[in-house]
Amino acid sequence: MSKESLDIQGSSGQSYWRSLEELSQSAEFRARLEREFPREAAELRDPVSRRSFLKLMGASMALSSLVGCQFALKQPQEKIVPYVRQPEQVIPGRSLYFATSMTVQGYGIGLLAESHEGRPTKVEGNAFHPASRGSSDAWIQASVLTMYDPDRSQQILKAGQPASWEDAFTALGSAYAQAGSGLRILTEPTASPSLVAAIQEVVGAGAKWYQYDALSGDNTRAGAQAAFGSAVNTIYAFDKADVVVALDSDFTHGSATSIRYAQDVASKRRITSDEPVMSRIYVAEPTPSNTGALADHRLAVKSGDIAAVTQAIAAAVGVSVAAPTLPEATQKWVATAVADLQAATGKSVVIAGETQPAAVHALVHAINAALANVGSTVNYTAPIIDADTGAASLKALVDEINAGAVSMLVIADVNVVYSAPADLNMAEALKKVATVVHLGLYNDETAAASTWHIHATHYLESWGDTRAYNGVVSLQQPLIAPLYDGKHLSEVLNALTGKRVSAHDAVKGHWQAQLGLDGFTFDKAWQTALHDGIVAGASAIGSTPVTLGTVGAAAGASSDGLELIFRADPSLRDGSAANNGWLQEVPKPFSKLVWDNSAQVSPETASKLGVKTEDVVTLTINGRSVEAPINVVPGQANDTVVVHLGFGRTQAGKVGNGVGFNSYALRSSDAMWVANGVTVSKTDKTYKLATTQSHYNLEGRDFDILHAKTLAEYLEEKKAGVKHKKHEIYSLFPAYDYSKGYQWGMTIDLNACNGCNACVVACQAENNIPVVGKEEIWRGREMQWIRIDTYFSGDSSNPTIYQQPIACMQCEHAPCEIVCPVAATVHDSEGINNMVYNRCVGTKYCSNNCPYKVRRFNFFQYADEETPSLKLQRNPDVTVRVRGVMEKCNYCLQRINEARIDATREDRVIQDGEVVTACQQACPSQAIVFGNINDTSSQVAKLKALETKFTVLDSLNTKPRTSYMIKFTNSNPELSGKTE
Amino acid sequence: MAQVFTRRANTIARLSIFVGIPLVLALLSAAWWYYTRSDWIRDVGPAHAVVQPGGGFSHQLHIGGLKMDCRYCHTAVEVSSSANIPPTETCMGCHSQVLPQSPKLEFIRTSYAENMPVQWNKVHDLPKFVYFNHSIHVDKGVGCSTCHGNIATMAVVYKTEALYMNWCLNCHRNPEQFLRPQSEIYNTAWQPPADQIAQGLKLKEQYGIRSSYQLTNCSICHR
Amino acid sequence: MQSSQPLKPPVVETYDELLGPGETYTSVTAKIGDIVLYPLLKTPWGWIGGFVAAGLFLMLYLYSLATLFTVGIGIWGINIPVAWGFDIINFVWWIGIGHAGTLISAILLLFRQDWRTSINRAAEAMTIFAVACAGIYPLVHTGRPWLDYWFLPYPSTLGMWPQFRSPLEWDVFAISTYATVSVLFWFVGLIPDLATLRDRAQHPIAKIFYGILSLGWRGAAKHWQRYEMASLILAGLSTPLVLSVHSIISFDFAVSQLPGWHVTVFPPYFVAGAVYCGFAMVILLMIPIRSWFGLHGLITMRHFDVMSKVMLASGLIVTYGYFGEIFYSWYSGNIYEYYLIVSRTTGPWAWSYWALILFNVLVPQLLWSKKFRTNLPVLFFISICINIGMWFERWVIIVLSLKRDFIPTSWGVYTPTFYDWATYIGSFGLFFVLFFLFVRLLPMVAIFEVRDLVHKTEHKAHDKKEGHGHAGA
Repeated sequence: MSKESLDIQGSSGQSYWRSLEELSQSAEFRARLEREFPREAAELRDPVSRRSFLKLMGASMALSSLVGCQFALKQPQEKIVPYVRQPEQVIPGRSLYFATSMTVQGYGIGLLAESHEGRPTKVEGNAFHPASRGSSDAWIQASVLTMYDPDRSQQILKAGQPASWEDAFTALGSAYAQAGSGLRILTEPTASPSLVAAIQEVVGAGAKWYQYDALSGDNTRAGAQAAFGSAVNTIYAFDKADVVVALDSDFTHGSATSIRYAQDVASKRRITSDEPVMSRIYVAEPTPSNTGALADHRLAVKSGDIAAVTQAIAAAVGVSVAAPTLPEATQKWVATAVADLQAATGKSVVIAGETQPAAVHALVHAINAALANVGSTVNYTAPIIDADTGAASLKALVDEINAGAVSMLVIADVNVVYSAPADLNMAEALKKVATVVHLGLYNDETAAASTWHIHATHYLESWGDTRAYNGVVSLQQPLIAPLYDGKHLSEVLNALTGKRVSAHDAVKGHWQAQLGLDGFTFDKAWQTALHDGIVAGASAIGSTPVTLGTVGAAAGASSDGLELIFRADPSLRDGSAANNGWLQEVPKPFSKLVWDNSAQVSPETASKLGVKTEDVVTLTINGRSVEAPINVVPGQANDTVVVHLGFGRTQAGKVGNGVGFNSYALRSSDAMWVANGVTVSKTDKTYKLATTQSHYNLEGRDFDILHAKTLAEYLEEKKAGVKHKKHEIYSLFPAYDYSKGYQWGMTIDLNACNGCNACVVACQAENNIPVVGKEEIWRGREMQWIRIDTYFSGDSSNPTIYQQPIACMQCEHAPCEIVCPVAATVHDSEGINNMVYNRCVGTKYCSNNCPYKVRRFNFFQYADEETPSLKLQRNPDVTVRVRGVMEKCNYCLQRINEARIDATREDRVIQDGEVVTACQQACPSQAIVFGNINDTSSQVAKLKALETKFTVLDSLNTKPRTSYMIKFTNSNPELSGKTE
Repeated sequence: MAQVFTRRANTIARLSIFVGIPLVLALLSAAWWYYTRSDWIRDVGPAHAVVQPGGGFSHQLHIGGLKMDCRYCHTAVEVSSSANIPPTETCMGCHSQVLPQSPKLEFIRTSYAENMPVQWNKVHDLPKFVYFNHSIHVDKGVGCSTCHGNIATMAVVYKTEALYMNWCLNCHRNPEQFLRPQSEIYNTAWQPPADQIAQGLKLKEQYGIRSSYQLTNCSICHR
Repeated sequence: MQSSQPLKPPVVETYDELLGPGETYTSVTAKIGDIVLYPLLKTPWGWIGGFVAAGLFLMLYLYSLATLFTVGIGIWGINIPVAWGFDIINFVWWIGIGHAGTLISAILLLFRQDWRTSINRAAEAMTIFAVACAGIYPLVHTGRPWLDYWFLPYPSTLGMWPQFRSPLEWDVFAISTYATVSVLFWFVGLIPDLATLRDRAQHPIAKIFYGILSLGWRGAAKHWQRYEMASLILAGLSTPLVLSVHSIISFDFAVSQLPGWHVTVFPPYFVAGAVYCGFAMVILLMIPIRSWFGLHGLITMRHFDVMSKVMLASGLIVTYGYFGEIFYSWYSGNIYEYYLIVSRTTGPWAWSYWALILFNVLVPQLLWSKKFRTNLPVLFFISICINIGMWFERWVIIVLSLKRDFIPTSWGVYTPTFYDWATYIGSFGLFFVLFFLFVRLLPMVAIFEVRDLVHKTEHKAHDKKEGHGHAGA
């Protein structure tokens, strides 16, 4: 992939960007954009208007459908609008890639952004960056859509009234002057060197800087302090771990380190030979997580009982704590886990989740020490963000406010009014502050409670720098000039002290000072840093020696009664991206719920409470209560109720408003993750939940759909030379010759996949897949081309969880092809089942005849053709589908075609790995491998040669091009494969 | 009782069946044929030249007269799917010196000064679901004039081909009819030699052009 | 009704004859002809009421189709996996109804079954209108109906042709052929009667109307000879159609590989089903018509008796099909087929399967007894049951199969919307509007054929070779 660096401020692109800024306000500009990018059509659809779709039918609908019909007698005259001054490196029709980075909970993740004529259309991981290493996740994939979100705040507001940056500039200056030591700054956690420097510069004597993150890792930090007397940053090397014990820790999903850790774990799970060697994973957790789905032995325990489990392990490995008494099954689980751990000293990892109290973390540090993992699989470094970033920090701020010590408060990129624990009563507190300045992407709940709202720039619009979990610094360079002339935090901070410094100059200046290089050498270093996305001068920090103090017991009396557990939403996380349709519509793991959150309970608890899915209950705790729909989820610990954060927004935007219920309302600063004593009372109401999957039982079809066995079983069979007979099925149709040229194929390794949804959203971004809204999903009309099927087997209290990504299989004997009356879906010479949208009449026969049901149909005009900003996000290499046509996965044909054309022009063949599908590229576990199966040296060909491979619905003789690896459970015989 | 119809009615009846109905059918199909294939509907030929903003741009003058190479302005043609329309900068490259005052070039100067793009009218306008790639065609011996006609003779550009799918397929099925040596790609006046088919087959071999089966895959143009 | 009283003679039911007592050439001609030539202003209120009611349903139909075109087929309940719903169910149901007409007119003509004469005209009309109703569904069920002409093989500027391996493509030819031949056959059969009407008509407009339609028929021997030839050829043409059309439609399912569709018994089983509900519909229409227009003498109990027997026979074939399906699902040892039957018979929608068994298998067993075969209310009830049952049969085949296919995670649900029902009920509007126009404007019983029948009954003793030619004179 070509990677270019483009220093916008410096290059001839500048004037172009400027002109964009000037123009971006005017209607003509938008009109011109539509003409300049004619292939665009937007997709985000306001679910509200979607819901009233049928009622609102009328002239406009009639019109849009007529457009679809192309009733015009002659082709309308179109315009071509070339550049006035073409920026360097821009070749119309070819995309460019720029290294940049974004932050997740304050830590940096290096990215590579694809740009079409100056429009960032997609982001991928930066292969050079330790936190992504070329992969990404759903959150990152969806961030592009956020930038083009038409609901983003587009102007500065003073008490709700539009104001100019000049007004703000002077007002901020004077307010800062008056405030003096009364100034407080509240930001999301940040490790950005230039930003930290800038903040500390502003925060002179007296003034203070607070950081808050609703999903903060304070417990982890406190745990380290308890264990070592000082906060340290723990880095795990899962790629070296043969045994992993995760205690309520979903370390492969949803955090700044999850992408890297998912990769490392997968590297020990992927099947690469017929003699598979796999790590063994133990997970104890209250509710199914993506990591739990990977586990060989998963134990469902209440969050409060994790402490006891941890302490039992600690005692068993020789930490001086009393061994608590555990239920028989749990005890057995612990014993087996300990046995495996001790068999793999120095090659194992025990990890606790941030939702567990400090004491548990302290114990875990002791355990890792006792297992001699420290220095090999567990490394300690100086903290990257050395501050409290959770409830404690926010509480301190609120106390100060209530004490009247705060006269000016600058809130940056954190929607604290929404995400603060309810007991702090943030909205009230803010009223007591004379000047509240809010900087954010959206005119959200916090903006409404502020004196000033300044619309912020998206990370793809502004300069900056970030620091990864291991200290690696990467630069953040804009792909496009701020669409709405937003401001970056550094600009606001400088405004306080009356300085006008652009974000670019700020970060460049900072690094010039840091690296201490002279003009020329610095410019070279700068260009390299921009190109690679990494600042060479500041690489990973070395590990710091730690001395383990004595750790106390963690296990308290295990509480009876119901446990209320708060969890980040698997898709929306803390809710800051609630207005992102892609994230709202991506089915949550296991529950497959979309466009809602719910009160999750286990089947047993449900029957105990006398409730079923879609019943509305009232959750009450400490006098605060919310109404929530019940969702029964197998594999959740009994006597726990899990609510996901991030919903019930009131000022998120057209998409996110009023979706789900706000569980922050139940959260209090002393019980951020788990709260005891919740009461659940059934109301007579019911609430419609939309899910993309309703049946979780394989119905005894595993022999044909999902092959699963324990690793031991397989190896025995292999030793005994058991051959599973593959009876050849014959076809009446003459076979095509697929032995020549490129023949594309894919393998998916079920042992690596943890069901994180990265592929689903990546595909949506790459292929212009529309968002359809809750009502349509409820009707069974989801549009994502790749789905992750989930099956539960075993007993419902602690089932084995299977996940299987399914997209079009590109069958060599495709049942869809022979039934299409107009040849709109046909095979091409490279074995791909082409779907020709423009030829499709829409009989839907192909879908009926598709045994995998991977085809998607545009029942309405789903693609938004009105909203200009959304059109800019479209991938120009993929047709935007109109109403009434079928669509489906086609192995990212556009990428194959580009590679083939380039290769043909250069008279060479496409190299293995040159064509990467969007799902493969995004997958953090690298479970998806794609390539030319005729090239025996290609990775995919090698994998397809293994006998651990199987294809879905073999018995139909469809000859799919996508094959899977048998799902192995590397279970310990002691625990008989499953923990029941 | 009086007959309503005279004997002649029978003849009329017969005529209407054996002549009238075929006639109507014939007229209908003729109308359909005209609608789909007439120059009027396809905008083909000088009669349907597309008027451009400002003074327009005369390919006749620049290529025919000044013998400029296509690639001087259409810089991306060899590397990209699109043979780009040049930025105003390119025009000004010469016209800041050549005819800097010409009123005909006012719209170019305005565009350059006000940084507002010129909005040209599209002449060869493929549907949005067709992904034509210029670079591969010029690389594999399909010259400009095969699709665009002899631009060098056009004061105002017009289509010489309708760019219909069956027209594309005609070449994708039997490329040899149109292939030419690399030296001739940008020769807008190129005429096929007498033994074009023989030459074409040789070139097809030499360019390593794929089989018609591969070239007619839907995915070649539609995604 | 009361305005049609004068038409009504005292009801004398005939059980073993095809003609009532005292039916003569003139009475036949008068009875049938007068219904049509009755002055416009004296049109019976019953007819007007029925016509207006049907018209209202037609409006509903047009409204829902208009919405369909402007908004999209998402207004229906269909989804993935259930991508076919009411649209295709109704299509198959209507086309099935059509079959009785062709069977009666073509096959029974070749077999020289006299009892067909007084019902074939109406039955053929029913066929044509049913095919019209049916034909609309496949055209509008597509996502982009304005491109339906791509189904036709024509030299397009795309250089593309239809995909001839697709059963839907076969349907295009099957249905269009079927419609064409049926219309021709029907019209040719009408010509002599139209001539009769032309001659009997008083009003000049009527004279011209029927005059043009009768194509100068003068009843000359040559005319009759050609007429006989033409109708024999057409009968020969449409006989295979009776079998082919529904066989091909059954291929839409049989050719696919979906459990519940991928069944080899479908062609005969579909044809039988078609005849089954076709006859049910004929009876459904004949019972009221004959009482309204006092045709007891022309459509006698003998007719109903015979038609019921045909129904019973075809019904038993269909029943065999049902049990066949169940047997294969077990015998094949294919778990997908097996599970499908289990979910059909015990799943959430099992009631629809058992409704089908009740209406199509159990109720019609009454027809074994002549008492019921000749008891009009019972017959009426049974016919309604059969039509409902046959609709459920298509529901079970299409929807229940699609809901539960191979991969359990993609199993779905299907909930019909207002528009699903509107496009179904509305199609009755179209059907009955056409039918009411037919009974008002054209002879609903073949006059000359019944006169021929009179002729035969009168000369029963004598030789039957005597020329049909005289009948028309």
